[in-house]
Amino acid sequence: MLRIDNLRKTFDVPSDQRGRGRATASAQLAAIDDVSLEIHEGEMFTFLGPSGCGKTTTLRSIAGLERPDSGEIRLSERVLFSRGRGRDREVPVNRRGLGMVFQSYAIWPHLSVFDNVAFPLQVMPRRDRPKKKVIEERVMRVLATMELDAFAGRSATKLSGGQQQRLALARALVTEPPLLLLDEPLSNLDAKLRESLRFELKRLQHEIGITSIYVTHDQVEALALSSRIAVMSKGQVAQVGAPRDIYTHPESKFVAEFIGNSNFLPATAVESGNGTAIVETPQGRLEVAVDRPLDATASYLIGIRPESVEVLAAETAPAAGNGFSGTVAARSYLGEAVDHIVDIGGYEMRARVNPSVSFPAGTAVRLRIDPATISLIPTEGASR
Amino acid sequence: MLQQRYTEERSAGQLVRRVLSPKNVIVFLAILIIGYLVLTPAIYLFIATFFSGGAFTLDAFRRAYGTSGLDSMVLSSIVFTVGATVLALALGTALAYITVRTNVPFRSLIVATSLVPLIVPGLLYTIAWVMVASPNVGIANQIGNALTGGPWFDIFSMPGMIWVEGTHNVPLVYLFMFVAFRAMDPSLEESALVNGATRATMLRRITIPLMRPALAAAALVVGVKTLGSFEVPTLLGVPGGIFVFVSRIYYVMSDFPYDTAAAGALSIGLVVLAILGTWALNRMQGDGKQYATVTGKGFRPAALDLGRWKWPVAIGVLVYFLVTTALPLFVMAYNSLLPHFQAISIRAMSEFTLQNYVDLFENPIFARSVGNSLLLAVGTATAIMVLTAVAAWVVVRGRRRSRKLVDQLTFIPMVFPGLVIGLAVSFVYLRNPLPIAVYGTLLILLIAYMTNFLPYGMRYAMSSLQQISAELEESSAVAGASWWQTWTRIVLPLMFPGLMAGWIYLLIVAVRELGSSILLYSPGNEVIAVLIFQMYEEGELVDISALGVVLVVFLSLIVALVHKFGSRVGIRL
Repeated sequence: MLRIDNLRKTFDVPSDQRGRGRATASAQLAAIDDVSLEIHEGEMFTFLGPSGCGKTTTLRSIAGLERPDSGEIRLSERVLFSRGRGRDREVPVNRRGLGMVFQSYAIWPHLSVFDNVAFPLQVMPRRDRPKKKVIEERVMRVLATMELDAFAGRSATKLSGGQQQRLALARALVTEPPLLLLDEPLSNLDAKLRESLRFELKRLQHEIGITSIYVTHDQVEALALSSRIAVMSKGQVAQVGAPRDIYTHPESKFVAEFIGNSNFLPATAVESGNGTAIVETPQGRLEVAVDRPLDATASYLIGIRPESVEVLAAETAPAAGNGFSGTVAARSYLGEAVDHIVDIGGYEMRARVNPSVSFPAGTAVRLRIDPATISLIPTEGASR
Repeated sequence: MLQQRYTEERSAGQLVRRVLSPKNVIVFLAILIIGYLVLTPAIYLFIATFFSGGAFTLDAFRRAYGTSGLDSMVLSSIVFTVGATVLALALGTALAYITVRTNVPFRSLIVATSLVPLIVPGLLYTIAWVMVASPNVGIANQIGNALTGGPWFDIFSMPGMIWVEGTHNVPLVYLFMFVAFRAMDPSLEESALVNGATRATMLRRITIPLMRPALAAAALVVGVKTLGSFEVPTLLGVPGGIFVFVSRIYYVMSDFPYDTAAAGALSIGLVVLAILGTWALNRMQGDGKQYATVTGKGFRPAALDLGRWKWPVAIGVLVYFLVTTALPLFVMAYNSLLPHFQAISIRAMSEFTLQNYVDLFENPIFARSVGNSLLLAVGTATAIMVLTAVAAWVVVRGRRRSRKLVDQLTFIPMVFPGLVIGLAVSFVYLRNPLPIAVYGTLLILLIAYMTNFLPYGMRYAMSSLQQISAELEESSAVAGASWWQTWTRIVLPLMFPGLMAGWIYLLIVAVRELGSSILLYSPGNEVIAVLIFQMYEEGELVDISALGVVLVVFLSLIVALVHKFGSRVGIRL
């Protein structure tokens, strides 16, 4: 539905931000570095990554607010942007006909709720512009969908955070655009409101069925909302996949780390069978679940989530089973869980366990890890 | 269908339409007008000074600077500028600190009164001080004459000049520092105290360094204004034989036959001095962002307890206002009621009359100059705010190159004092480059005012635009609005309160303007300030007093009205 090909964009970074009459040297910074993606009809597609990874720049390039240096953006058969591949084309931002929800919501404070939503219809080219009455009907209909019809005459600045989000959505949807762009719309809200609005957003997207692109740096938000996720790093796409895929099969240390892994051990295959494999790590052998046999000559990195590590008292637990023996180095109480740092032969492994389990520092413990929860990340020389 | 409309080859017609889009046309026109306003005076000044009969010459500099008393003029200019600026900075900063950060009594009264002098035009303020402290007729000196047989004060001296110019600029400094102290996180000071510093050390090592960017900004505005001040050096310096650049230029230009090239040479010297000062202060100001003292959060004003100094400080502040604000205004009001200027006495009060006011309103020149001043003020304020709304948009949101160009263009008039702009504009329209008559009309004053006040308008327009998030414009574009639709339906309505505030500020400064008018007016085109200046030269002190009272009341009414109704539409002065 939306296709992005080889998009690139560099920014000039002035070394001296302001300076009347002073020379400003500038450096180049690649914001998007060869990004290619395809987004399907009806998807909720998320760009996920830390700040500065190029996710917002990519979104703004789709909207037409940034001009990439090269590459192509197509919406269905329509070329929105093309540069450096034959004939250059660019549809100006105000003719792309997309809907967008901004980080700050960008609700115009001098207009009423009704006028904010009516604006996109009122500024249409004269020949496409609906009649006044039709505009009123359409605005009221979308306001009703968002449960804002009671506030139509009210000043837009008097709305609560959640209402403002729905207003921004109503404004983005009133023209029934083929694609909805959402730029971190939940990041300005407090944690509680964020959670409830996340569900709200998911419900609305599902009901309306509109193809959406969502930008966020919050992996929980991305996992909860998306049909597919593109994890981005340093202007490039690190991995694309469904939330479960990304979570269980990160393809690089960066993705694994960003999605919540914090224990990493280098590993090589010792025995590789159907479904499971034994790998050798500096801390000992470990059983790992695999979907296909491992390459015996390659090296891997295994990623283990703190919450998949079980901590047992060494005296009671058998030394056998999948895992390591070690000593508790430190623990910290987090309320809903207890974090243990366990020293296993020189490596400090983090384990997050139920608060009913708690060992003081110095206790000898046994760590047990379910083979299915270990992610295997190929490093150099390994085929995927 | 959409597809076809947008992916067609660009035809010549489309190209023309793209180049001549409303955005390009409006931005181009604004830059063109600003460039014309700013650059023509500078270029003509340069040519008139360095070229004589088509050949390059430094003769004008020899004539201008060769006369005796050069070093004393340069020295006087520097002493006057530095002295008055330092005085204004010290008093303004102290007042701001006292009102923002201490528990001084009558705080809100002090805040209000410290802004009153802003309304009194510099010319009237200077004349009022002549009435107070001239050695011969000054009312304050009558006490000295009676007690010790001689005057105590001589306003026609360097200290007199510094006092009058400095105290008149205190409110400007006050405004800068008031905002800076308000925005400063008090915990920065508190942590100094917690770490064992004394209050004096805290002020010296923490507070003042943190205020450095604001101090430098205030010093820049006040210093450039003082260097280019016309009324104080001309009215107070010249009678005492003290010349600075501005009064020397005026002197050269009022001595027939005019040596315009010599005046130009002096002007260039003055501008160079202003550029040097600006450059030095800009360096001192630094990035301005290096201290994140302004976080946009409202701090609970943690008042410094003055203890037993509470009342002495309050009384000191009160006396200061009595002397600098109440005394000159009182003397002016008093004299406006007298048939001729005289000492304060019971007998004089028995002669009180409203005849001066009657004369004033029957004077056709007064009516004419009021009309001219108002017309010019409204015209200047409107034209500048329209221009700077576009220019500010280019600087804040535009592309890098045009942003820099406009930013620098609009800054240039800052280093050109009013009198120099007047002189340069007269050079331009003696060889009129425009197809319409300008010289000897109100238009020449309008042009000079627009050049002169452009940076002020720019400051208001920029700050109002900077408060508008770029996302508000971007969301309009994404919603399908053209540049023109975004501009008229989103940007202008949101900028409106800020533009109105700038408009009113410009209205007030334009009504007061003398420096750039004095060389450009012609009979029939007098403005209020020129009329006052002429009346002063003819010694009509009581008539000036009446005019001054009327003017101050009028300007106060404007400010009061804005204060009362302006807050409804978000206008802050």
